[in-house]
Amino acid sequence: MSTATLPRTESLIHVLGARVLEAICLIGDLCLFAWRTFGWLMAQRPRGRMLWQVLNEIGVRSCPVVLTTGAFVGMILAIQTYDQFAVMQMENMLGTVLNLTVVKELGPVMVAIMLAGRIGSSMAAELGTMRVTEQIDALTALGANPIQYLVVPRFIACLVLIPLLTFVADAVGVISGWLVSSQLLGINSFFYWKHSLEFVRGYDLFTGFIKSILFGASIAVIGCHRGFHSKAGADGVGRAATEAFVHAFVAILLINFLVGTLMMRLDRLLFPAAKLI
Amino acid sequence: MRFGQQLVLRDIQLEVRAGETLVIVGESGCGKSVTLKLMNGLLEPTSGSVHWDGVPVTSLRPKQLNKKRLKFGFVFQMAALFDSLSVFDNVAFGLEQNPGLADGDTIDTVRRLLRDVGLNFDAVARKRPAELSGGMRKRVALARALALRPEVLLHDEPTTGLDPIMSDVINELILQTASSGITSVVVTHDMRTAKRVADRVIMLSPLARLEPGEPQIIFEGTSDEAFDCTDPRVSQFVRGEAGERLHDPTAA
Repeated sequence: MSTATLPRTESLIHVLGARVLEAICLIGDLCLFAWRTFGWLMAQRPRGRMLWQVLNEIGVRSCPVVLTTGAFVGMILAIQTYDQFAVMQMENMLGTVLNLTVVKELGPVMVAIMLAGRIGSSMAAELGTMRVTEQIDALTALGANPIQYLVVPRFIACLVLIPLLTFVADAVGVISGWLVSSQLLGINSFFYWKHSLEFVRGYDLFTGFIKSILFGASIAVIGCHRGFHSKAGADGVGRAATEAFVHAFVAILLINFLVGTLMMRLDRLLFPAAKLI
Repeated sequence: MRFGQQLVLRDIQLEVRAGETLVIVGESGCGKSVTLKLMNGLLEPTSGSVHWDGVPVTSLRPKQLNKKRLKFGFVFQMAALFDSLSVFDNVAFGLEQNPGLADGDTIDTVRRLLRDVGLNFDAVARKRPAELSGGMRKRVALARALALRPEVLLHDEPTTGLDPIMSDVINELILQTASSGITSVVVTHDMRTAKRVADRVIMLSPLARLEPGEPQIIFEGTSDEAFDCTDPRVSQFVRGEAGERLHDPTAA
């Protein structure tokens, strides 16, 4: 990995310049890493057993955290939005805003952030430990490519399972939001669902889906990249895990903004007559 | 060879002869393990070149490099067994990864390899590396390296952290593999290992302890010659004496 080092004369300009160079090198290295991962993804199928282990770790074991996140996103959104809508006497429209926000924005983002913490950090810590105990070197010495053996299965698992987990969280968020709205806030269920179905379109679900795929890819690539470049010692592995989360978090926010903007423009272009709230 | 700003190896000219057991000794941080990884192509030199049978490693394409690298078995310092795999899967890993190397049935091959390093297949095959003692891990790592049927075996600190008896077992295994015609390169601090297994010993010195322009290999000869060497740096190391190093600011 190419990294910039701080110059000896540490004036503010030098320090800032070095930091910028460091960030550029990191992004470049990350892109190369992603490119190599993609290359191996196309070139060779991963080992079935390794893939199965990772699918289990990322998919099955993430269910509790994803269900909890989805449920609370829906419930808190209902509580927070209700007052604003009540002032305008638009309580019956609550389902529209709530469901739209859950499937398009909060569901994918919250799930991705939770999984960046749970999966991204864990991948960085696991691969970082393998790096410092020379297990990654051992893979190379035994004729295996570490990216093909370690990164590709994780990449596939995140790419497939994070959208699936997001879908589950969305469903739980929608149901929990409806339960709070109807049981706690007294909103009529008929109007709640009627307005929701009127305004929440397949395109909104598609937007959330695209976001979750990109979030999944970024969590896998960043988590594995930080693990592969972990420094020696417990401190190095710990730092790799922390960086994996922080970098993935920033990437999620950035992707969310970019994809959100792009999909909005595309929406206006493709469906100019679509109903807006 | 440098890592960032830190120069670790300088002006090293080293040839490993077919069939010999070369032992590289030296203080911690002098670049012994780096030398071993350079030999195997796990690290690329920042300048200079490594040749395998006269062919520069850097001239090889990645596929050729991977194929040729299989001629080297590498026994890592802490064994580097894969935590998530059983002993069986660790030893069989190279065979499954490189089907051309399999010599008959994988189970039989693993059974034979474990027996060769003194381990009972039925007792250890299903265990995870974490359930093994340090000596057993080293032996499994040796079996894993031997599965590739290597021409060269690279041992990084084979006896570090082992009791004297287990160290002797490992030394005996190194001698056994050497007697079967495998070239061995052993990196160690342990002069008993050097004395026991070496055909030739070289000693590296950390750059900080050298005069400008002085070669980094400060000794080359047999292990007996190392003990008789008049260079105080060599005799101090082989005899394990602290001497002036106790108060040496460069030691840090």
